[in-house]
Amino acid sequence: MGVAIEVEHLNAWFGSTQALKDISMHIAANHATAIIGPSGCGKSTYVRCLNRMHETVPGARAEGRVRIGDLNIYNGTSATQVRRRVGMVFQKPNPFPTYSIYDNVAAGLKLNGFRDRRRLDEIVERSLRQAALWDEVRDDLRKKSGSSLSGGQQQRLCIARALAVQPQVLLMDEPASALDPISTGKIEELIFQLKENYTIVIVTHNMQQASRVAEFTGFFLLGELIEFDRTEKIFTNPADKRTEDYITGRFG
Amino acid sequence: MANRAWGAPQLSGPELLPHERVSDRAARGQSALLIPEKSSRWADGAFHAAMWACAGAILLVVALIVYELMSNGELAWHAFGWKFFVRRDWDPVNNQFGALPFIYGTIVSSLLALIISVPLAIGVAVFITEMSPIWLRGALAFTTELLAAIPSVIYGLWAIFVLVPLLRQYLEPLMGRYLSWTGLFAGTPYGIGMLAAGVILAIMIIPIISAIAREVMTAVPQQQREGVLALGATRWEMIRMGVLRNARAGIVGGIILGLGRALGETMAVTMVIGNRAEITKSLFAPGYTMASVIANEFSEATGDLYLSSLVEIGLALFLVTIVVNVLAQFLVWTVTRGTPRRTNV
Repeated sequence: MGVAIEVEHLNAWFGSTQALKDISMHIAANHATAIIGPSGCGKSTYVRCLNRMHETVPGARAEGRVRIGDLNIYNGTSATQVRRRVGMVFQKPNPFPTYSIYDNVAAGLKLNGFRDRRRLDEIVERSLRQAALWDEVRDDLRKKSGSSLSGGQQQRLCIARALAVQPQVLLMDEPASALDPISTGKIEELIFQLKENYTIVIVTHNMQQASRVAEFTGFFLLGELIEFDRTEKIFTNPADKRTEDYITGRFG
Repeated sequence: MANRAWGAPQLSGPELLPHERVSDRAARGQSALLIPEKSSRWADGAFHAAMWACAGAILLVVALIVYELMSNGELAWHAFGWKFFVRRDWDPVNNQFGALPFIYGTIVSSLLALIISVPLAIGVAVFITEMSPIWLRGALAFTTELLAAIPSVIYGLWAIFVLVPLLRQYLEPLMGRYLSWTGLFAGTPYGIGMLAAGVILAIMIIPIISAIAREVMTAVPQQQREGVLALGATRWEMIRMGVLRNARAGIVGGIILGLGRALGETMAVTMVIGNRAEITKSLFAPGYTMASVIANEFSEATGDLYLSSLVEIGLALFLVTIVVNVLAQFLVWTVTRGTPRRTNV
């Protein structure tokens, strides 16, 4: 089951440029939370702080308290441990091209020393079913490489890969922005089903998408969290003028 | 092309007037194209032919080399037949010639060079692309590539004055004490010999292999690294799964180029290998390579058969290079078979 995320006073920098300013936010378990805002507002940086991917960029650092379940991710734990609990799907599908479909999904488990073949088969099948890809690839599991699939299938393969390690949280950084409308619809449908078992944080450029998939929405602007509320509230009756300007298309 | 089909009569008249649109010209029956049509067929054809000539020249040069080697080596071919390549004696006084010691020396010294240089070169490339602080990265890459620009005679001199004494006084006695049971490190430590040739070759091909490995590793998309890291991988696992695996075909290509250089290297090798046409299991013993024997003995080859045999050694070197390259390509093919190289990633 998914767990809640508590973010308190999170600050992040690229070199001397501050990308996130004092973000505090409580993300509900087993719900989808959308992060919206114009380009460069820090929304990607924000989700990348939730699994400590931010610090992999040279010169980047983050400070603050982020609790995911019982784990305080910036204090007393390793980045690898955090990332095993917090899966991530990227903007551009990035399956491993030299691995078969099966090995793509099994990659995370094999990394963590998982060797039981029969359990591995089960988990691969379950993950692909959860990602709504099983029926399309079941006959080519070991024959085809991860990069031989279409863009939308590749993205679902990446979701299956993230799910296979059974994370508690799934971060999605504009998962559908490189996909056509049909594939986008499939990914959104998927997010609906995944909410039962996972806590989802999704960054999106597309406000309709945010209103379709997420119960909560946070609006970021210039590294600050301007407003965070239930999605209907944000889109119908925002409290802040800047939120209203953004969602009505006056800028961004 | 298109406006020719209109069959528009070419009216002489004023050129495009101010504020006149191109379509207005068409309405007056003039060409709709502002830029006058001209045939690009001639230029296209000439370009096509020129490119064919460039590509064809390569094949022609290779064919001519083979022809020259075969026609000048005819005498030796008549005297010894294909057995020339497996005969072990090289006795100019009695006109007995065989290429095997040279083929053996070339292959063994080159393989030795690969065994030493490949891990080092890949290690250098991994450090530069994945771990080095940015301020060190450029300097390190530049220095590695600078090694490739040093003339081989300088490497040879360095080997004679530094490497060989080092091997003779310290390394070879040490290896002899602990590894003589393998038979590869036995006998008198001369310093000069197959091992010295392998080491100097290794140093010479490191920059080639590491430069290419660095290029292909840099070309691996950042998303691949992040994809592995996001699964909870350590840095080494990320390098292994995300970088080395994606770059493997290119890295093998770099190794093949390095091997090609090692097979053909003449000067530095001949200065330290000992130049004795014998096949000995121990790497401490002197040997000889195909390139070295041609360079050393060509000017003093007195008899026609002697000269012809040297040319045929050139042919053997050519064949060995081809066989090794084909084997290496086959190796790449078996490793990457079934998994297409990076497509749309």
